[in-house]
Amino acid sequence: MTQAVPLATHHTSMGLDNRKMAFWAFIGSECLLFGSLISTYLVYKGKSVVGPYPHDILNIPLTSGSTFDLLMSSLMMVLALAAVERGDMKWGKIWLFSTAVLGLVFLGAQVMEFTEFVHKGLTISTNLFGCTFFVLTGTHGAHVAVGVLWLLTLWVRALQGKLGPANVTTVDITGLYWHFVDVVWIVIFTVVYLIQ
Amino acid sequence: MTEQSHLTAGAYLRVGAMLVILTVLEVGVFYVPAFRAVLVPVLLALSAAKFTLVVMFYMHLKADSKFFTFLFGTPLLLAVGVMVALLFLFLGALTLRGAASAG
Repeated sequence: MTQAVPLATHHTSMGLDNRKMAFWAFIGSECLLFGSLISTYLVYKGKSVVGPYPHDILNIPLTSGSTFDLLMSSLMMVLALAAVERGDMKWGKIWLFSTAVLGLVFLGAQVMEFTEFVHKGLTISTNLFGCTFFVLTGTHGAHVAVGVLWLLTLWVRALQGKLGPANVTTVDITGLYWHFVDVVWIVIFTVVYLIQ
Repeated sequence: MTEQSHLTAGAYLRVGAMLVILTVLEVGVFYVPAFRAVLVPVLLALSAAKFTLVVMFYMHLKADSKFFTFLFGTPLLLAVGVMVALLFLFLGALTLRGAASAG
């Protein structure tokens, strides 16, 4: 079996890992992206001249389940990181795979939700609500999809023995991305679904 | 400041339990008519609490370098500022227009 090899890490003059620093800067830029999308949704909120309107169509029980699912996936992710840190790759693999599965469940629920909306007459071109809603939640869903692919890649590398305690920063950075996707959903769930 | 001073699995589970409780409270508040008058501030406070818990403990900003907090916090504040400014700009304009037509 191939041994897990650490990536060549460089530390900045501040003594911080350069990959982690770059990734935090990337997450900062993502804050601005989602900030602009949420702002657009809020600015156009209540200005649709034709239906369906948010209170006609939003499914709170389904999205509450999705929120719970994504929070649990974040928990699985930190448990994966903790397992990799202590060299327990058996549980590391289990938690990484569980995180990816919960991400897939979230995406499945989003596909169900979007399909239901289209059947009820809400598409991206129906009204301002449809346009801003699908762009915001669709962009978030695309981020979840990227995260799932990333997690599955890590899981396969772990199965091949190419991911171990030496690569803990790689798992840490994956976790940062996944938790960011989670905190964005925390905001979307409140602003879009609960505050109607 | 260390980059790897992460929590134990037990601490992560406790944070997870708090996140679940806050989510249940959020959904509960949404369905209880008595909270209708204070729904928005209560939901925003609960959401902010969940956001903070994930960022501080799951993303390790509480223990990691303060420079990471700066890299994340500055654009976050900028995004919130832009959001608030746009809302004032658009909703403020609507309010002024409404007041002008009423007057």
